Amino acid sequence: MKRTFPILAAVTALLLVFGTYQALVVAPTERTMGDVQRIFYYHVPSAWTAFCLFFVNLVASVIYLIRRNTSADALAVSAAETGVVFCTVVLVTGPLWARPVWGIWWTWDMRLTSTLVLWLIYVSYLLLRRFSDSAQTPVLAAVLAIFGALDVPLVYFSIWFFRTQHPQPVMGGGGSLDPRMLRVFLLNLAVFTLYGALLCWGRYRIEVMRRQVEETRALEALLDDGQAGSSPARSSR
Amino acid sequence: MTGSSNPAAIAVRGLVKQFGRFAALRGVDAEFSVGKFYVVLGDNGAGKTTLLRSLAGLAQPNRGEISILGQTPRQAASLIGYMAHPSLLYDEFSGLENLRYFAQLYGIASDEPCARAIRSVGLDPALARPVGQYSQGMRQRMSLARAILHDPGILFLDEPFSNVDVQSTRGMATLLRGMCDSGKTIFLVTHQATVLEGIADEFVWMRSGLIVARTATLTPPQENA
Amino acid sequence: MSLLSPVTRATLLKDIRLEWRSKDALNSMLFFSLLVVVIFSFSFDPNAEESRQIAPGLIWVAFLFSTVVALNQTWARELRNHALDAYRVSPASPNSLFLAKTLGNFLFVTVLEALMAPLFVVFYNLRSIGPVWQLLLIGVLGTFALVVNGTFFAALSLRTRMREIMLPVILFPVSIPAIQAMVEATHIVLTGEGTARFWIVLLLTYDVVFTTASLALFGLILNAE
Repeated sequence: MKRTFPILAAVTALLLVFGTYQALVVAPTERTMGDVQRIFYYHVPSAWTAFCLFFVNLVASVIYLIRRNTSADALAVSAAETGVVFCTVVLVTGPLWARPVWGIWWTWDMRLTSTLVLWLIYVSYLLLRRFSDSAQTPVLAAVLAIFGALDVPLVYFSIWFFRTQHPQPVMGGGGSLDPRMLRVFLLNLAVFTLYGALLCWGRYRIEVMRRQVEETRALEALLDDGQAGSSPARSSR
Repeated sequence: MTGSSNPAAIAVRGLVKQFGRFAALRGVDAEFSVGKFYVVLGDNGAGKTTLLRSLAGLAQPNRGEISILGQTPRQAASLIGYMAHPSLLYDEFSGLENLRYFAQLYGIASDEPCARAIRSVGLDPALARPVGQYSQGMRQRMSLARAILHDPGILFLDEPFSNVDVQSTRGMATLLRGMCDSGKTIFLVTHQATVLEGIADEFVWMRSGLIVARTATLTPPQENA
Repeated sequence: MSLLSPVTRATLLKDIRLEWRSKDALNSMLFFSLLVVVIFSFSFDPNAEESRQIAPGLIWVAFLFSTVVALNQTWARELRNHALDAYRVSPASPNSLFLAKTLGNFLFVTVLEALMAPLFVVFYNLRSIGPVWQLLLIGVLGTFALVVNGTFFAALSLRTRMREIMLPVILFPVSIPAIQAMVEATHIVLTGEGTARFWIVLLLTYDVVFTTASLALFGLILNAE
């Protein structure tokens, strides 16, 4: 485990560089949108990675509610935080793309709108975690994650139907993709997923270590106070 | 403690309760017998309230087991009565209206047990005044009536005498002794233990989340050097 | 009423009676709702044709604001004297409490809407081209959608700091599909353009899904301590 992380990090970094090179240099320029279209290689993979991470959060939350093991909760919060980061990338690259191409900052298309709602749900999840000082924060947060997950299909349906009534420009292009572009896209999709998994794993390890430190401190305080009249000169470990 | 002829009313094994970094209970092991009057003493932060709330089923322990007459606290809910420093009553209702509602939670639909409980604590069921206008002594007595209206076998009381005048306190203590004599098990947390000298059967001393001693009289346990 | 358990019925009646007794929350909420309508009318010129187009959105946002303020009140009464502890320690099921609170909130918010809706109709000269019974159906389903999650999240945010702001923070994102459905459906019925069937079905689905989820998970969060 100790070696895997740095090795994986190095591999991911290399792949990211390669993927960026492919996206910015090698991939052919889009006919109508020009070079701005290259944001597509970041915009969509980020969205995909965010959705994957939120799914991981859901699974971890359910596992926590059933098993009550702290590692599941640590994974839940790591996945949520990492997911929000990737989600933010989607929400920022969206307007950056839409503005030069369609002259508008925002379009209420399926992907962007559902990403926004997911982002809101998970930011509220993180706020709940921060402002809940109950020892049962993991339970409350897991419950909220389940509610959020139940909401997602409803969000999709409502946006989908709304779109059929009020059509808007679709980001990412509706037509088929040039095979060279498809290759670069799939490459970046895989690399971003790997990148997201790596970040989540890193955050998870930090979270687990943080909790271990807290537990150790609590245990020390317990042992110290257990002695009657603990001396003030007692050294802290 | 164990070995008495009375079966255990309450048994606790390895009870641990942590609030973040603070451990309120650090592995409490104890047994308490049926029909006795226990008083729990200790400084602030000793874990008295946490222990009481865990026994009553209001707090979930992180580790350990609690057995109330052989069941978990939630399963034994109808056998448990609970009272605390707040009144657990609605200020806008009269005493009887309050008890009428709480009786429903125990499946009691008639007024008679409510009126009986109110009378047994020395108050008048017909009093229409809202509880919010009671004196503290009256309010605590009405809260006690609420706690016993379903005739529970075990009573948990958390600082019931706070801000109550001395006379009412003595009255309530005598009342509780009477209930204990008729078979109830009483488990009471308080700072004002002197009024319970001669009334309680056993004093349980807590410090830093553990039970450090149990004495029959109100003399503090010897400090270990 | 006979569909509800005795505990749910008793709790609902208790809440209605308490609210009627004090009338504090009711009066201030009614006045707040009136203020919201007036402020909106000043901000979105009722005479402009466009305002009538966006009236459904305005109305539901106004309802949403009133709902959030009302929801914060509901649990406050249970916390004041820790009456919630008395419920939790009893054998009564958490779901009965949740149902009672949700129904009580639903009634309360409906009263507020009954005041606000006519005012909107008057200030914005609203006329419905589609059938009015559909508006009532949308009103019921939409209000329930806000209230069921609102009641649940209000209970959830009891354990948080900044409770009053936490409720809308976690309620609004999850409510987005329901709000979209309410507004679209209302707009379709008011303008008579097409059928609101899809949105009504979506609202109904939303209500069923989240009522089930709330009933399944309420016990967990009620006893979180």
